[in-house]
Amino acid sequence: MTLLGDVAGWFADPAHWQGTHGIPTRIVEHLELSGLAVAVAIVLSVPLALYLGHVGRGGFVAINVANIGRALPSLALLAFALPIAIALGLGLGFWPTLFALVPLAIPPILTSTFVAVREVDRDVVDAARGMGLRESQILRAIEIPLGLPLILDGMRTASVNVVATATLGAIVAGGALGRFIVDGLALQDYPQLVAGALLVALLAVATEVSFAAFARATAPAGMTANP
Amino acid sequence: MTPGEPLVRWDWVANHTGEIGLRIGEHLELTIIAVVLGLAIAFALAFAGLRLPHLYPPITAFAGILYTIPSLALFAFLVPYTGLSLLTAEIGLVSYTLLILVRNIVSGIRSVPSEVRDAALGMGYTPRAILWRIELPLALGVIFAGIRVATITTIGLVTVTALIGQGGLGYLILLGIQQFFSTPLIVGATLSVALAVAADGALVLVQRSLMPWTRVR
Repeated sequence: MTLLGDVAGWFADPAHWQGTHGIPTRIVEHLELSGLAVAVAIVLSVPLALYLGHVGRGGFVAINVANIGRALPSLALLAFALPIAIALGLGLGFWPTLFALVPLAIPPILTSTFVAVREVDRDVVDAARGMGLRESQILRAIEIPLGLPLILDGMRTASVNVVATATLGAIVAGGALGRFIVDGLALQDYPQLVAGALLVALLAVATEVSFAAFARATAPAGMTANP
Repeated sequence: MTPGEPLVRWDWVANHTGEIGLRIGEHLELTIIAVVLGLAIAFALAFAGLRLPHLYPPITAFAGILYTIPSLALFAFLVPYTGLSLLTAEIGLVSYTLLILVRNIVSGIRSVPSEVRDAALGMGYTPRAILWRIELPLALGVIFAGIRVATITTIGLVTVTALIGQGGLGYLILLGIQQFFSTPLIVGATLSVALAVAADGALVLVQRSLMPWTRVR
């Protein structure tokens, strides 16, 4: 395979590991963009989902948000975000991509956090209430720990989606790893194209795997037997 | 997106109805090919997984890995081999439908109560007749849920195939970005969302007509 050799050669070229266009810079850009998008989505959706799940209201909202979120194509989100970022004077690249990624990350986090709290055995919650725990204590000591695997599952789905979609930021002149793919396509530079694809795919799989490891490590004792 | 210009210039839309229609047609065509092929492959994989249960975990693991690879990256892997072609687009699109479809077909068929299966066997149904006349009809609800998700996901992914020269509504979005002109951008994005919602609605209607017994409330 001559292409694989060229890809290996591309990775071996020290010039591709240095400076503002180098692989390390692009990976950092990708992680910054994805991390910030997921963090903003968590801040916006987790408190609301915990509250709704605890009081047991708004189920239809949580489900509908999930359905609407699924129907929103990622490139369409980017298309809507671009004029907004331009109108706000934030320009191309980072900001429109961030604006597109946050609404992509909200639905899985909102829905699974809501369901996680809602699905906690009501007998356990009643027992806690009977023992005199305040509502905030029930949420903190009972519902969040028991719902944690599902809450993390939503965050994992959102993160993998965001890492994958951050690639599209290169279309609006953003940095991150999509740069290699979009430039590779434009220049018909196949080694760069495939190398970029490899980096993005590895980052997505690494995100998935590290979340799974984190979820196993934080699962409450007694729940690990039944994942 | 220059200051003072409206977000959507309706005169552009009025002058480009032919082009917009063409892009909608391309989008639908790419989606339908992907979902139909995906369904055929998924049924084959699901039956293999049901017949030989030890094959099922590796099948879903493989489909899961395909599903995790970002769409643009998957297309990029294929371009050096299959070019900027319909084949590249469809290989990618079909790959993404497999996980959802295989999982839903298998769990739908597995959720058929064993009493029902035993009763059919006792009435003299052959295994093939049990599959086609008992298990599949009863699993249809779960399978349709999978088809709806796969279709909506595919419609979203088809916007990305414009990057490898396959047209569709993503073409209008890319045109808007390249020309820094918000009208095609908004038109392409809005229509791709509308198409997803319309396709979902249409599939619900098809499901109701195929499963008349679920209409009784």
